[in-house]
Amino acid sequence: MSEWTFIAFLFVISFALPAIPIIAGRVLGPRKPNTIKTDTYECGLETVGDTWVQFKVQYYIFALVFLVFDVEVVFLFPWAVAYNQLPLFGVIAGIVFIVTLAEALIYAWRKGDLEWL
Amino acid sequence: MTFSIIWIPFFLMAAFTIGGGLGVVISRNLIHAALFLALSLFGMAGLFVLLEATFIAGAQVLVYLGAIAVLITITIMVTRRLMGITETVNRQWPIAALISLLVFITLTVVNVNAFGAVLEPVAPVPADDITLLGLLLADAEGYFVPFEVASVLLLAALIGSIVVAREARE
Amino acid sequence: MELPPIVTTILAILTDVFTGINDLLMTLWVDTLGLSEQLAMSINTFIGAFALANFVLLNLILTIWFERKVSARVQDRFGPNRVGPWGILQTVADLGKLLTKEIIIPTNADIVPFFLAPLIGVLSVITIWAVVPFTPTAIGADLSVGALYFVAVSSLGLTAILMAGWSSNNKYSVLGAFRAVAMLVSYEVPLFLGLMIPVMLTGTMSMQAIVDSQLIAYFFVMPVAGLIFWTAMIAEVGRQPFDVLEAESEIVAGYNIEYSGFAFAIFYAAEWAHGFTICALMAVLYFAGWRGPFVETIPTLGIVYLGVKVLVIYFIQVWARFTVPRLRLDHIMNLCWKFLVPVMLVLLVVTIVIDKAAAALIPNYLAYLNPDLPYFQRLTGMLPRAGVLLFINVIVGAGALLAVSRQGRAERERIEALRLAEIEPAGPMAPIETGAD
Repeated sequence: MSEWTFIAFLFVISFALPAIPIIAGRVLGPRKPNTIKTDTYECGLETVGDTWVQFKVQYYIFALVFLVFDVEVVFLFPWAVAYNQLPLFGVIAGIVFIVTLAEALIYAWRKGDLEWL
Repeated sequence: MTFSIIWIPFFLMAAFTIGGGLGVVISRNLIHAALFLALSLFGMAGLFVLLEATFIAGAQVLVYLGAIAVLITITIMVTRRLMGITETVNRQWPIAALISLLVFITLTVVNVNAFGAVLEPVAPVPADDITLLGLLLADAEGYFVPFEVASVLLLAALIGSIVVAREARE
Repeated sequence: MELPPIVTTILAILTDVFTGINDLLMTLWVDTLGLSEQLAMSINTFIGAFALANFVLLNLILTIWFERKVSARVQDRFGPNRVGPWGILQTVADLGKLLTKEIIIPTNADIVPFFLAPLIGVLSVITIWAVVPFTPTAIGADLSVGALYFVAVSSLGLTAILMAGWSSNNKYSVLGAFRAVAMLVSYEVPLFLGLMIPVMLTGTMSMQAIVDSQLIAYFFVMPVAGLIFWTAMIAEVGRQPFDVLEAESEIVAGYNIEYSGFAFAIFYAAEWAHGFTICALMAVLYFAGWRGPFVETIPTLGIVYLGVKVLVIYFIQVWARFTVPRLRLDHIMNLCWKFLVPVMLVLLVVTIVIDKAAAALIPNYLAYLNPDLPYFQRLTGMLPRAGVLLFINVIVGAGALLAVSRQGRAERERIEALRLAEIEPAGPMAPIETGAD
């Protein structure tokens, strides 16, 4: 567990350490907000309309394809760790798994969902 | 029960998990709810580490924080109509609270009955547990079938979501 | 020659500097101050974590200076040369300036996520260093899930970018955040697959063991996997040529447009530190980290070897950064999903098949993984596997390049034909009358 103690300390420290200069910056730096200064910066132009313009569904599809790969990779990692000791059957099982993963990619590719329009 | 140093991270992580969960249901802003969800999932990962299930903890952060929380956030962002909602439109919260309470009580009773109120220390985790996991995943007498079914399931999920998203686009 | 005891003690500490300091502090806490062993170990762990976090942040002073100097030379300028010798203290001066600047909170900003985002961004970078081995004996935390830990914590960076993009309430920052989601998420796939190669060949996710088993650096064994992994890592950082998420000439500064003063500096620090961190990870995973001559007997040498490797890789990264133009977002996505991922999948399957066949045919194929054997026996033991894997990589790499060049030629011909078809119906143009001969 001593390794995880280190990780826990590191998480706390690396969260707190950069917070100090931000607070110091708030204290040391001037603080004179006005409407023009705190206005949304869009290259000097007045901002028009809502910030929430409609984004294309493409972003969503890529995130979905990634999600599938992400979950599959999590399954593959322990298999990769055991790889050197795997018998023939285990190796074939892994290849079948990777090929299924590739099938997902081929499907998305052939159906044109990997095109960034 | 005497105080032990392990309590501090445990209660911190438990507070993250429960507090995040509460934040998800009571926050009026959908993005805040998604961020609270991420906090809750992070707390879960910390609890897994405390249970020495380090692989599950890593998978938790990778899949739930790195992919699912992000996916939920951008889903809220791409659907513009959801962004403006700050009022809870639902008047069924008393019933929902009642049902949640019942589920909570059931789960507590079932867990206490199954494991007993006093927890026994479990057998030590084998040192090389990830190799063991990998060997079992690809073993015909182990978890070979779930391993392959998982990949087929994910393939089906991908095809399904692409089809649904394409219909929405057209 | 008899050395005085104080000299031998100092030499012993210098041979293995991290363990030496650890033991020295332990004697100080336990023997001199009379603390319990458990508490003394906790204090040392805390000091280690604190020193590591500070190293990552203070190191930025040097790396930013280095990067500005290299970029200046690439662009035929001098770069910072006023503050301190060779301008080395320029970053310190910049930090002082940023500290006295106002941190502007834009209208309609969501304050809590607005300030949490840079903190999480820098956290996701510093915590990666916990699994970077510095010497054979010194690593922050030699986790059995080291490789998984690294990808897990670095995926927190995406959350930071999303939080910043959303909470600033600015169209450009939202655009930057969305580009970040599309790009970073896509490039995590070749990153994972490239990370799987060292894990698979070593048979563990512990970073220390991965370095230990690289008697021949994996980059020279699996060059194709190494290059794909490296490309994916640069994209993960979002540096040129993959800097569409904060392309200053397109979307001003992307997700961090509304940040000013030290809140901006922290974001900047996170990005710069990430750029350096990926070099360290590349050195560890594909260039054998601390491995070098005599490192087994004098572990301190490991820092030197690692440092040199990291600096060379960092120089290449900076060099690429200031010479390669920015790619378009659709090209970036095509590069990832239609080139890197398929090539990596094919490489993975071919490697598995041929490597396992070789393991069955060649005796003592995996004996080199045993860390108890003498060094030269391990080195020669790795040669057959290195040869087989290199052969696979050359074949797959050549095949991939051939496929791309054929595809490229077909594409050029298609566009050429389209252009001709557009021009033809209008008929040949009349020669332009030029009044004089």
